[in-house]
Amino acid sequence: MTPDDPTPNDPTDAATTDSNGTGETLDERAARLQARAHEGRTLSRDDYRATSRRAFLGGAVGVAAGVAGFRWVQTQEHVDGIPAVLRRGHEFNADLWRTIAPADASAPEYPLAAAEDLRRNGRAGIRDEIDLDAWSMRVEGPDGELLDEVVLDDVMSLPAVEMVTLHKCIEGWSQVAHWTGVRFADFAERYASRIGDAQYVALETPDEGYYVGLTREDSLHPQTLLAHGLGGEPLTQDHGAPLRLYTPNHYGIKSLKRIGLIRFTRDRPRDFWAERSYDWNSHL
Amino acid sequence: MSLPPDPDARMDLPDHDLVDRDATRDSEAAAADHDHLVAHEMHPLAIRWMHWVNFPLLFIMMWSGLRIYWANDIYVAGIGTWEFFAFFPKQFYEVLDAPFKLAKGMAFHFSFGWLFALNGLAYVTYLAISGQWRHLVPDRRALTVEAPQVVAHDLHLRDEAPPQGRYNAAQQVTYTLVILMGALVVASGLAILKPTQATLLTTLLGGYEFARFLHFASFIGFALFFVLHVLQIARAGLGNFLSMITGYVLESRAADFDPQRRRGDDREPPTSDDSSTPTTEVPA
Repeated sequence: MTPDDPTPNDPTDAATTDSNGTGETLDERAARLQARAHEGRTLSRDDYRATSRRAFLGGAVGVAAGVAGFRWVQTQEHVDGIPAVLRRGHEFNADLWRTIAPADASAPEYPLAAAEDLRRNGRAGIRDEIDLDAWSMRVEGPDGELLDEVVLDDVMSLPAVEMVTLHKCIEGWSQVAHWTGVRFADFAERYASRIGDAQYVALETPDEGYYVGLTREDSLHPQTLLAHGLGGEPLTQDHGAPLRLYTPNHYGIKSLKRIGLIRFTRDRPRDFWAERSYDWNSHL
Repeated sequence: MSLPPDPDARMDLPDHDLVDRDATRDSEAAAADHDHLVAHEMHPLAIRWMHWVNFPLLFIMMWSGLRIYWANDIYVAGIGTWEFFAFFPKQFYEVLDAPFKLAKGMAFHFSFGWLFALNGLAYVTYLAISGQWRHLVPDRRALTVEAPQVVAHDLHLRDEAPPQGRYNAAQQVTYTLVILMGALVVASGLAILKPTQATLLTTLLGGYEFARFLHFASFIGFALFFVLHVLQIARAGLGNFLSMITGYVLESRAADFDPQRRRGDDREPPTSDDSSTPTTEVPA
């Protein structure tokens, strides 16, 4: 090629730097990018008008559908404070994760040294102090029949378990805490022959000021404890003495303090925070 | 980042007479009457739909996410112990109706999150299968050399804009990062949604608390991207904006984009100087 040859690929042109380690000159690169930018269809002006009109009509339909869809979500019947379809969303999530997660999925456990002094959050159901020596807990079967009246020694006689796990509040904070207790599964085993087909467990505080429900499956998880100790000490009253539920596999709202009643039940139990717009499952 | 319709952003071919171009631009534009305008494809239908579906979904996710974050708004921007600012001022929350809406925020977030994730997944799948990713993903030179040049050009620190395809190098970097950030926001979201049932994911992302931080950081990233994106769209002009609705940009000189010409080797550059003629922004 002669120096005045105007071919873009002319190596004598200023832009001859290897552009990408591929042996391509900058001019070749620029041309390639240019060509790539113009890939795709080309329309005449008339066709463009028609295409644009279709696009805007389609877009208008899309916007209308989107607005209508969101209005539908917002204005439909609310169940316990949130639109029914979003309740179904929570249930869908719980079912999905129950299906895809490994059956033995467990919260990670931490070394004892990682344990922190757990923050207190919420006093519903435990506003007044109680006489711990006078405490006992009712255990009821699926038909409301009394199965047992339990005192603390009945629980302490089960194998003790220690667990250091991350406590996760639904508000978004979390702390590692050291729990002592017994497995709920070991406790429930005592009543196995009388629980029947009950698929849920309901727990309530003695004053019924706070109440939660768990699925039977979640209650039998090895990390679901009837806890009587925190940080190596017996529970204090504001942490739910003498006996509370503890599960690291749900938000803290499920870990009811100061148990007054445990009921094995067929119907899904009421749940304090689920009645106040939160997810009934609150599973992690 | 200049967008395609900015005439200065179009490449200069080496045989192009710069003096003449400036002198003829106005007359060429004037001559670009309807017969000389042509529309060439910019965004396929699927990408346009997914782009606009993503817009309200991202808004819903950010808004409901703020309602969740409000309940434990612990993150501050700062260096060491010097606190620059905390996210967010009270008034900001109040305008967005975030205070005491945690449960509602969660209800929206955990249902609409699926739509957001599925739309993102469909988008990435489409990019991969259609080959459209080639327009979007920067090559090494775009990443290391041209993207900074585009920024310098946009800041009026550099006269020439580097060569570009459908998107300039800075756009390629930004859009690719946003897709990666979308993957991060979904992964970190699932990690804090299900730290027990998706333990592996949570562990990979540095644990529950770090995953929450990553989720928040990607929220800030999306917010910054949104502001930048809107500013750049405003700068790039109406024709560019409309192309995300109609799919086409109007340009002059039909011959230049004649598909017949480009049927061969797409590395072969256009041989006329017409490709650097100005684009028409408004499809009258």
